[in-house]
Amino acid sequence: MAKLETKIHNIVLKNPVMTASGTFGYGEEFADFIDLSRLGGIVVKGTTGERRQGNPYPRMAETPAGMLNAVGLQNVGVGTFCKEVYPRIKDIDTNILVNVSGSSIEEYCSVAEQVDALDNVPGIELNISCPNVKKGGMGFGTDPAMAAQVVKEVRKVYRKTLIVKLTPNVTSIVDIAKAVEQAGADSVSLINTLLGMAIDVERQRPCLSTITGGLSGPCVKPIAVRMVWQVAHAVQIPVVGLGGISCAADALEFLMAGAKAVQVGTANFLDPAVTVKIVDGLQDYCQRHQIEDINDIIGII
Amino acid sequence: MKQIADFTIVGREQLGEQYFSLTLRHPDQLPAIEAGQFVEVEVSDCREVLLRRPISIHDVDEEQNTLKLLVQIVGKGTRKLSELKVGESLNLIFPLGHGFSVRGERPLLVGGGAGIAPLFHLAKSYSRKGVEPTILLGGRTKALIPVRDAFEQYGRVFYATEDGSLGEKGLVTQHPAFAGRYDHICTCGPTPMMKAVGRYAMEKGVECEVSLENMMACGIGACLCCVCDTDDGHKCVCKEGPVFDVRKLTKWLAATK
Repeated sequence: MAKLETKIHNIVLKNPVMTASGTFGYGEEFADFIDLSRLGGIVVKGTTGERRQGNPYPRMAETPAGMLNAVGLQNVGVGTFCKEVYPRIKDIDTNILVNVSGSSIEEYCSVAEQVDALDNVPGIELNISCPNVKKGGMGFGTDPAMAAQVVKEVRKVYRKTLIVKLTPNVTSIVDIAKAVEQAGADSVSLINTLLGMAIDVERQRPCLSTITGGLSGPCVKPIAVRMVWQVAHAVQIPVVGLGGISCAADALEFLMAGAKAVQVGTANFLDPAVTVKIVDGLQDYCQRHQIEDINDIIGII
Repeated sequence: MKQIADFTIVGREQLGEQYFSLTLRHPDQLPAIEAGQFVEVEVSDCREVLLRRPISIHDVDEEQNTLKLLVQIVGKGTRKLSELKVGESLNLIFPLGHGFSVRGERPLLVGGGAGIAPLFHLAKSYSRKGVEPTILLGGRTKALIPVRDAFEQYGRVFYATEDGSLGEKGLVTQHPAFAGRYDHICTCGPTPMMKAVGRYAMEKGVECEVSLENMMACGIGACLCCVCDTDDGHKCVCKEGPVFDVRKLTKWLAATK
């Protein structure tokens, strides 16, 4: 058996396979299908200061080899998360990370501070890249100075592992990555969804209530691999790669491009057991290629 | 408990131009399935289709270990599914969602078009409880009511078609049987029909359950794409539904769209 263990800052992952926020609920939704303790980590739904209803329906459209969503951070809010959801999931034997979202720096800080108090949450993923909210979200992630400012403020109140999730909807994702690294991020994860749009020509209307939405799925993978490769060569902190991963070979592309861990998103919708299949596939690959430690192939490109 | 399984197609029937049914055998023992629950079907080998397709469970045969799907061809995914042949396999996630409560002593089941699909398993469920439902099925024309006679073993069946080609001419809500005395109404079909039925039930103070259909991705409450704007906020049709009590849907009933 090859060693699949990797590390993101202080977080030890039993394997590099995590789930992407917004595609895996709180993990419980998948408990009928897989043993959640086989995952390297679970990043739960984007969590804000207050409960949010998200955008109106319709907020999903299928596109070639992908899908657009405009859910808009529907979530129970950090208070309910800490009080009701956390006790249910805290003993799952994996790393539970919270995706921290907000419309203002104060909101990001307040959510991060409340999550800091949760013993079994070793880190957060700061979401400065959601394309589907009017205020905040991606607005913080498209400007290096703004991105750095949010990270700096959150860093003051959050002591554990701080991963910053980056948007691909920028001229240079490397500039943003460097800015957040300098501001105190322990890791970056990329990519969030690409801003896209689809039109129902029969009804002559946009497919989504919000007109634009975030594109995910296999179609975004080459862009994501390229960006992970660029960022991994530009920063010292560990990179978490995501975007269109649906099988072990996809995950391996990201690892070879320099990601220390990966997240599986849209593929969870197609096959709720895909994550453990990827873990098994990584093990198979290592045996086939006589690789003793998965870290030996990380960043080889 | 939800599961993923490869079913074998043991029967296929074309029901007019727009509809077909697939009878699928489970590899082991089928779990208990509530009327109104659905499956998420994988559409394989289709370049244009990424997501699974949610399809309601039309019938369950515990002895044969089969379930039956009644499918309307509406787009690329269902067109691809219509090409499947007996002997081929089909991957399903099931049973999903929250079904009908099967309450009441004098129930009325109102179905329109493809919405009649889950009402068959529902009629059977009532019948097994010793309750004979009144079943009112509607469509634009006779050919768009894909299953008819089979319902008669479980209840009294009435039809309404807009062109008068079967049963009364007009909408289901204009049918004399609709105005009868019922203590529970279940409906599935086009949204305007379900809203008309739901509003009527609210006015009369009769319990009513509607089975909604929204575009969805995961089918298990993870992606939050298929939400309905209920009185308790956005709820996933795939998880909290597809069957909802109309008393929780007053905003939905009032909305014109």
